[in-house]
Amino acid sequence: MRVMVMIKATQDSEASVMPDTELLEAMGRYNEELVKAGVMLAGEGLTPSAKGARMRFSGAKRTVIDGPFTETKELVAGFWLWQVRSMDEAIEWLRRCPNPHGEDCEVEIRPVFEAEDFGEAFTPELRAQEDRLREEIAAKKH
Amino acid sequence: MSHALHRTLDAVWRIESARIIGAVARLVRDVGLAEELAQDALVAALEHWPAAGLPDNPAAWLMTTARNRALDHLRQQALHLRKQEELGADADARGDHVVPDFSDALDERDTIGDDLLRLVFTACHPVLSKEAQVALTLRLLAGLSTTEIARAFLLPEPTIAQRIVRAKRTLTAARVPFEVPQGEALKARLASVLEVVYLVFNEGYAATAGSDWMRPALCEEALRLGRVLAQLAPDEAEVHGLVALMEIQASRTKARIDKGGRPILLLEQDRGRWDRLLIGRGLVALERAAALGGERGPYELQAAIAACHGRALSADQTDWAQIVALYDALAQRQPSPVVELNRAVAVGMAFGPAAALPLVDTLAAEPPMDRYHLLHAVRADLLAKLERPGEARAAFERAAELTNNQRERALLLERARATLN
Repeated sequence: MRVMVMIKATQDSEASVMPDTELLEAMGRYNEELVKAGVMLAGEGLTPSAKGARMRFSGAKRTVIDGPFTETKELVAGFWLWQVRSMDEAIEWLRRCPNPHGEDCEVEIRPVFEAEDFGEAFTPELRAQEDRLREEIAAKKH
Repeated sequence: MSHALHRTLDAVWRIESARIIGAVARLVRDVGLAEELAQDALVAALEHWPAAGLPDNPAAWLMTTARNRALDHLRQQALHLRKQEELGADADARGDHVVPDFSDALDERDTIGDDLLRLVFTACHPVLSKEAQVALTLRLLAGLSTTEIARAFLLPEPTIAQRIVRAKRTLTAARVPFEVPQGEALKARLASVLEVVYLVFNEGYAATAGSDWMRPALCEEALRLGRVLAQLAPDEAEVHGLVALMEIQASRTKARIDKGGRPILLLEQDRGRWDRLLIGRGLVALERAAALGGERGPYELQAAIAACHGRALSADQTDWAQIVALYDALAQRQPSPVVELNRAVAVGMAFGPAAALPLVDTLAAEPPMDRYHLLHAVRADLLAKLERPGEARAAFERAAELTNNQRERALLLERARATLN
C-alpha cells in the first residue's frame, strides 16, 4: 500500500524560517534510510502558504483566494509518498523521523486509495451477474 | 500483550528482521541459525515489552538482544569444544568457521548494508533450487511469514515450511560462506539474485483480480527488494535495469485487466490509468543503468522496450523502429524464439504486416514454437491485416486450440469469427 505522509506547517515554516544545519543533516540521513529500505517513492517540501493560492468552487463559480492562510496547523508544509505494507509499518517509520520543525508540530499519515478499496463496491454486482448466467444456462438445459 | 504493542512489534520486526538476521549471520556464519537466534529476540520482546513497556528504540532493542543471543551461543559452543578437548577429543573437530569474529561486532552501522547483501547472495545461492531461493529470499529478506508465502504461491503451508527448513539445512551442510562473491563469480551470482526477484514479481503480476491479496502483494515485495538492491549494489547496471523493468510494468497494473478480470492488451489499455509516478521512477532507473555504460544486459534492454511504451502518450505514438532495434540487441544477448516472435510483432508495427509475416512463418516451422498459441495469434493478426481472412481464421482457431486459458480461448474464437466480417 501507499501512504501520503503530510508534515503540517508551523509559525516558523510559514514565516520561511529555515531549519538549522543539524536538523537538515538529520533529515538527510532519515531520507536516506527511507530510500535504502525501498520505502520512499517521492517527497517534497512546500513553500509557505503566502506563495500559494486557493480556488473556491461554488456551482459554476470559481473564486481565487491568494495566500497566506491563517489556520497554520492545518496547512501542509511538506509531504512524502511511501510504499509500506501496513499503516503500522508507516507509523513505525514515522516514529523514527526527526522532529521536522524542531518545535511542536503534527505529521499526518493517510493511506492512498488502492484498487482493492473499490473491490467490495463491484463484487456483489459481478456475483449477481454470474448467478444470472448460471440460471440462464440451467434454463437452457430444460 | 496489548493489541497495539503487538502490532508495533510486528511492524518493527518487518522492517528490521533482515538486518538483524544479517548481523547475527555475520557472527555465527550460519543463516539458518541466525534466523533462529533472531526469532529468539522476537520471543524475548513478546515476553518483556508488555511489562517494561515499549523501549525507546525498539529496533535497537531487538538488534542488541539478537546479537547477545548470538554471542551467548558462540561462548557456549567454545566452552563445549574446550570440554571436548579436555576429554581428549580431536581438536581438529573444532573447525575455524565457528570461531567468532569479535572485531566484526564492533563496527555497527557501516556493515549493515554489507550484511544485507551477504544475506541476499546466501539466500539465492546456486546450491539451492530456484524455488528454495525464492522462498528463502521472501522469508529472510522480505520478512514474510511461512503462511504468507504459502498463500502467495497458492501452496499448502507445510510445503513452504519444509522448503525453507531444507534450504537452510542445505546451506549449512554445504558450508556456504556468508559473503558477497567477488570478481568473476559476482556476475553469475548477481544474475541468480535478479532472477529470484523477477520471479517473485512475475508471480504477483500473474495474479488475477479477486485472487488473494497476498499474490499481487508479491509485486510490491519484489519492487521493494529491487529498490533495496539498487542501493546496496549501485554500480551494477542490471540491478537498475531490473528495477526499471519492474517499475514500468507495475505502472500498468490498474490498466491491464478489465472489471470482469479479462486481460487488456498493451495497445488497448487506457494510458490515463498508467501510474505516471512509477513510469518516472522506471525512466530514472533506466538512466542510471545507461550511465554506468558497458554492454546493455537483458533486463536493461527489456526495460528500454517497456520505456518506449511508457513514454508514448498514445499507442500510435509508439516508437516501433526503436523497439525493433532493442529486440535486435536482446535477441543477440539472449537468443530465444519468444524474443524473435516479439521482434516480429514490432517489425509488423514499424514496417507493416508484409515485412513481419515471413519472420513468423520461419519461427512457426520450428517444432517447439509451432505449439505456442501466441505465435499463431500473432500470425493470425498479421494475416487479417493482409486481408487474407480464410488463413487468418484458421490461425486464430489453431491458437485457441493450443491455449490453456479459458478466457484467452474465448477471445481468440471471437476474433476467428470476426475475420469473416
